Amino acid sequence: MTPTLAGRIQTRIFVTIVIGGLWTALISFVLPNTEGAAIGDVYKITFRVLVAMLVLGLLWELLYHGLMQYRWEKDWPSFFGFLTAINEGLLLWIVIKADAVPDVPKELPGSTYLVHFVTVWIVTWLWLQGPMKIVAPRWRYRGGRLV
Amino acid sequence: MASVNPPGAPVAVTGGGGDLTDHLLNTSIWSDGDVAAAGIPIYDIPFVTVGGGMGSFALVDTLKIAGVPSSQIRVLGQNTVPYQTYKYLCANSQIGEDTRIRSDSSSVMDNIWGWPGYAVREAFDTRPEGFVKPLWSVFSEPIVADYWTPQAGQVFRSIDREMARIGWNEMLVPGLVRVIRRRYGGGYFVVHTPPPGTTATRRVAFRCNYVHVGVGYPGLRFLADLQEYRQKYNDYRHVVNAYEPHDHVYEELTRHPAVVVVRGSGIVGSRIVERLFVDREKNGAQTVIWHLFRNYVSGPTGPPRFRRYGEHGFAYQGFNFCRAGWGGTVKSQIEKLEGPERIAFIRSIGGTNTPWRKEWQEGLRKGRAGGYYRTHVGEVEEVYPGQNGMIVTRIRSSDGALLEIPANYIIDATGLEGTTDDHRVLADLLKHGGAGKNPNGRLDVEKNFELRGTRSETGRMFASGSITLGGYYAPVDSFLGLQYVALQVADELANLGFCKKIGPGKSVAGWWNWARNKRI
Repeated sequence: MTPTLAGRIQTRIFVTIVIGGLWTALISFVLPNTEGAAIGDVYKITFRVLVAMLVLGLLWELLYHGLMQYRWEKDWPSFFGFLTAINEGLLLWIVIKADAVPDVPKELPGSTYLVHFVTVWIVTWLWLQGPMKIVAPRWRYRGGRLV
Repeated sequence: MASVNPPGAPVAVTGGGGDLTDHLLNTSIWSDGDVAAAGIPIYDIPFVTVGGGMGSFALVDTLKIAGVPSSQIRVLGQNTVPYQTYKYLCANSQIGEDTRIRSDSSSVMDNIWGWPGYAVREAFDTRPEGFVKPLWSVFSEPIVADYWTPQAGQVFRSIDREMARIGWNEMLVPGLVRVIRRRYGGGYFVVHTPPPGTTATRRVAFRCNYVHVGVGYPGLRFLADLQEYRQKYNDYRHVVNAYEPHDHVYEELTRHPAVVVVRGSGIVGSRIVERLFVDREKNGAQTVIWHLFRNYVSGPTGPPRFRRYGEHGFAYQGFNFCRAGWGGTVKSQIEKLEGPERIAFIRSIGGTNTPWRKEWQEGLRKGRAGGYYRTHVGEVEEVYPGQNGMIVTRIRSSDGALLEIPANYIIDATGLEGTTDDHRVLADLLKHGGAGKNPNGRLDVEKNFELRGTRSETGRMFASGSITLGGYYAPVDSFLGLQYVALQVADELANLGFCKKIGPGKSVAGWWNWARNKRI
């Protein structure tokens, strides 16, 4: 991908809310360590985690954009897009454990978080590799901008 | 196939010999009566693309997906398939069907969406044994693996499929366009010369509102000193251009030891050198290669935020421009620049460069160690005949030292550039059509690729490909660049009411039709 800053931000918001949101709505039914909990209660947590993922993600994008300027090609390989799950996932976990995500208990089981975060990441990453270009054929020429 | 694929009977002619007259040639804007009086049959077609190569294909594919019926489109050109010229140039420059070209996986000529890319398709085409490699390569590029690039043959086959799907042959009118002129009352006349004997008159005219010019490279560029040598000594056998047929050189090299001088350090130079290495390794050649550099890149160049890698003479980057030129920050930057500043920037992100490929690096390393790949830097002063049929290249280094290299063959791999003045249709557009040149000497186009100055009432003329290099988009001469232009032109034609805009719904439906190989 060859994002512009505006493109990064718009793409991140779109895929996290739309694709990540749809996925979260589905995966929340089968996340580990949620047995017995009402789906409404699970949603309250998973969607808050998703919002936290978006907020931190937007900050990460600023850093990535700065780093990208040191690449001659001014591109952001899909490989980076995939691997940055590690730093983003770890930071968000630390923030949750510090009880800094509103209304997300710091006792959130690690397995619940891991399955949710990793699958959201993979689904949104896969979406950007193909289907996004089909829905928005100009997206790849506009540095990821949608509007 | 009918010779002109007529959409209907031609408009009546009033006499004349069916050929261009002096009156027509000397008149910049023609009336219907002017053309009819010359006896040239006129066919009405709203949209005509001139060239019939990859640029025409990208645009017609996009327009068909936007819903334009075949009856409203004609493709005028000499090629029977859109990739004919491309394939010819590839073959000459030693890129056979199984050789990987310099284009990324998502620059998919038969698919405007870029997905599934060539890598995914290769994985499925070669499964089970070949399944993982392309997927891993495209996933980890360019960090772990080199940029994944498709084999030329895969590109050709995919275009064959899409050609059939969009009914390319129904729209194709074989022949050569002679001239494009504006028309009184709006639109254009495109005068076409079908193959001899296929039509009643020598020329036919297409009266249209929209014209696309995609004629490809106006001509081959030869290094002046080599061209002079060829003409002076009538030797077209030992001094060759990489883009013209020269397989006899490689055949000869496998028969006896020889010295070859290669000029040019771009992608073509790299591929020629690679071919010479392969012949040494596999076919018993004992060729010594002298690679001449005019500008030798000894290391990375530029400030930290604009630093291009280089070594051993070459400037390295994945593709002919830095990647964000296709659709990122670099593209936005170019769009804001004008005149010489834009040209300078385009040159700084392009120029002579080649990709860093592991196997090429290995070949170069072995060649340097084995002493059969040698480089020299300087300006060639003269090329002249030496003893025993050798051709001597005399080079002056920047420190003034002279070196004379006798060689059996010289291969000019410096590029394809030609000027717009070399092409009859383009030269005519500049003289009579209102077209102008950009600061790079190519055709001056708007951001939507309308040819500046050629508007004819409601009529619009567009151009794409290398003939527009120097405009607001750098990688015009690439698969993805041609598809970008096609989308820009289709959007403009949608604004003008010629077709529907490809929005999300149309796009998804279009892709679904593509996936099912549904005829459109």
